[in-house]
Amino acid sequence: MSQTETETETETVPDVATPTWEYDPAPEARELAHIRSSYGLFIDGEFVDPAGDGSFATIDPSTERHLAEVALAGGEDVDRAVAAARKAFGPWSAASGRDRGRYLFRLARLLAERAREFAVLESIDNGKPIRETRDIDVPTAAAHLFYHAGWADKLDWAGLGPQPRPLGVAGQVIPWNFPLLMLIWKIAPALACGNTVVIKPAETTPLSAMLFAELCQQAELPPGVVNIVTGAGETGAAIVSHGDVDKVAFTGSTAVGKAIQRELAGSGKRLTLELGGKAANVVFDDAPIDQAVEGIVDGIFFNQGHVCCAGSRLLVQENVHDLVVDKLKRRLETLRLGDPLDKNTDIGAINSAEQLERITSLVDIGEAEGGERWSPACELPSSGFWFAPTVFTGVGASSRIAVEEIFGPVLSVLTFRTPEEAVAKANNTPYGLSAGVWTEKGSRMFWMADRLEAGVVWANTFNRLDPTSPFGGYKESGFGREGGRHGLAAYLAAPALEG
Amino acid sequence: MSLVLPGDVTDLTDATASDSALQRFLHGLPGVDQVGAEKRAATLATRSIKRGSKRWALDLAISMVDLTTLEGADTPGRIRSLCAKAVRPDPSDPQVPSAAAVCVYPDLVGTAVEAVGGSGVQVASVATAFPSGRSSLDIKLADTRDAVAAGADEIDMVIDRGAFLTGRYGQVLEEIVAVKEACGDAHLKVILETGELATYDNVRRASWLALAGGGDFVKTSTGKVSPASTLPVTLVMLEAVRDFAQLTGEIRGVKSAGGIRTAKDALRYLVLVNEVAGPEWLRPDRYRFGASSLLNDLLLQRTKQLTGVYADPDRVTID
Repeated sequence: MSQTETETETETVPDVATPTWEYDPAPEARELAHIRSSYGLFIDGEFVDPAGDGSFATIDPSTERHLAEVALAGGEDVDRAVAAARKAFGPWSAASGRDRGRYLFRLARLLAERAREFAVLESIDNGKPIRETRDIDVPTAAAHLFYHAGWADKLDWAGLGPQPRPLGVAGQVIPWNFPLLMLIWKIAPALACGNTVVIKPAETTPLSAMLFAELCQQAELPPGVVNIVTGAGETGAAIVSHGDVDKVAFTGSTAVGKAIQRELAGSGKRLTLELGGKAANVVFDDAPIDQAVEGIVDGIFFNQGHVCCAGSRLLVQENVHDLVVDKLKRRLETLRLGDPLDKNTDIGAINSAEQLERITSLVDIGEAEGGERWSPACELPSSGFWFAPTVFTGVGASSRIAVEEIFGPVLSVLTFRTPEEAVAKANNTPYGLSAGVWTEKGSRMFWMADRLEAGVVWANTFNRLDPTSPFGGYKESGFGREGGRHGLAAYLAAPALEG
Repeated sequence: MSLVLPGDVTDLTDATASDSALQRFLHGLPGVDQVGAEKRAATLATRSIKRGSKRWALDLAISMVDLTTLEGADTPGRIRSLCAKAVRPDPSDPQVPSAAAVCVYPDLVGTAVEAVGGSGVQVASVATAFPSGRSSLDIKLADTRDAVAAGADEIDMVIDRGAFLTGRYGQVLEEIVAVKEACGDAHLKVILETGELATYDNVRRASWLALAGGGDFVKTSTGKVSPASTLPVTLVMLEAVRDFAQLTGEIRGVKSAGGIRTAKDALRYLVLVNEVAGPEWLRPDRYRFGASSLLNDLLLQRTKQLTGVYADPDRVTID
């Protein structure tokens, strides 16, 4: 009898001796995203075939599975797109701000309504976790549309002089790290200000842009106001150098940004560039340490580190270096890497073989240069492009991993002794896009923010983006701002300011 | 030894040697950034627990419930019914584990002890002038001894929030030490009443104070003050217990009490336990829920997982 009782007890009580709790897969429904076998170009409100018969494949970077064939736009296609944008510019710029705002509100609402579909598609095409596309990329994109919809009829009060005028046709080229969000960052202010656009998504992540084209049709946006042409670098170059483009906005690498600036010199085209970064995340000894550790994780492992404002250089005050690194490592052990569509995934796939190759080679260099490399125990899937979260300690300030933008989940840890040294080290980079400071002391926070040469300085947080807050760089991170009232200036001719 | 605290604190003997040392130690703990702590808790709350991992967690949660009744209108009959429920939460299914404990007022401890018998379900008693703690130390100790003498396995004490908030940390510590002593072999849970502590910094300081004083568990709330337990408050307490274990090698527990009514809430708390403190805390002797109606929802969700359909809520007893 007692024997039986004991057995029953053992069966009914959960195994408490060695508790491990493996979360079962919780995949978001892949079929929410309808992926067509091939995509044309979106010109003048219609999906059209390109003039040539070129196309390229886009794949799922987490499995290397082929997703779709996408039209490769040539010069002739860009001509058509720019012509459509030019034709649409007249009526669009003449429309009342209230009417333009109405279209943007409609796009915002439609995007919010179809948020899950966009989130799934973005995760499949980009490799980033569904948790991020669902909670950050898509809602923030919708927020940008809502925000700029509100500006459309208030431009006279934007502080840019009386009756600011739109510039005309904007040629825009965006990167693969936030395909939808960057698309909206570019399109929303341009349209609110009365411009029309020709935009090229990145060649590895064109699908969410093509779904947005469907949204433009659904919103009955006048044809030609938004034109989306897909392709690689040459297509982008054709947009940038097109004679009838009035304004160029580019987000991407510093090398390409420089080339664009050289090309546009003397052309009279307006230009904004949002380029690379090598942001410092500065942790003082009086920081809220547990939240600073979260901020470090958000700073560099958010979106696999494919973030231009990523906090890739951790500057820790030397007396808490061991403490912070120890806690950081414990935290990284809990990160979940794997299927981007699993709702519990923290780290998704690297976007492309090319990017994986770049990360791998820079990490190898970091090791060769004497940095101490560490990664949590973490099994990488056998197919697809993956890179484990990596932390380098003992990194010299001149080490290439501490200087060059890696654009991957790789953190370099450096130390400092005094606030002056922290500022000097943080600013000692050709870039200047963002920075983070962690301290509970308000006066030190302001002292640091005043001295850091970065477009965004986050106080006790990192990688928080909001449409009301201008975003952009110093030095080789580019110029011009996106978001906020400042972002409007990039799409308006302001007579009072230009004289 | 791995590092858990800034500065040169290597053990708590010096830190608790005097009032001023205690003040320095508690105020030297790293601050808690409210926005960051709440964001972390909110992010973890998005974890999606499915299938086998959900079934396992529901059973675990049932085994962690301190089934509680703390009403002036409590009767011996009600206590007996609650105890029967704790011992065998679902009489139709012997696979359902027992709850961890029943939690009652001191005068009903005897009834509860008799009712749970040798089932392994613990009897916890609130004590120390619960819930306000507004009484002399002598009364609090007598209250504790009374409950222990009646057979309580666990004592849930409240800290003196007035002393804590006016900075008389030494007094709070001495009370905890004295109550711990009065507990004898009974386990001590120290209720911080986080709803009255105002800041996460205070929650962290009170947690360390309770741990330094010998509390086997730190517990969020009495359930008599709103807000009671929240995810971020539990997060901060789990961090304290985790860091305390790293510093001293002693593993203590956390109890979240008040306002946790649904299985979904319970799973969110367990995710926090798993990812903040670590899987080694996923045991009833290291984490508890103080709740009354939660158990019924756990049972309903458990049935749903096994049968695929939601049972009529009247299939579970209202105690």
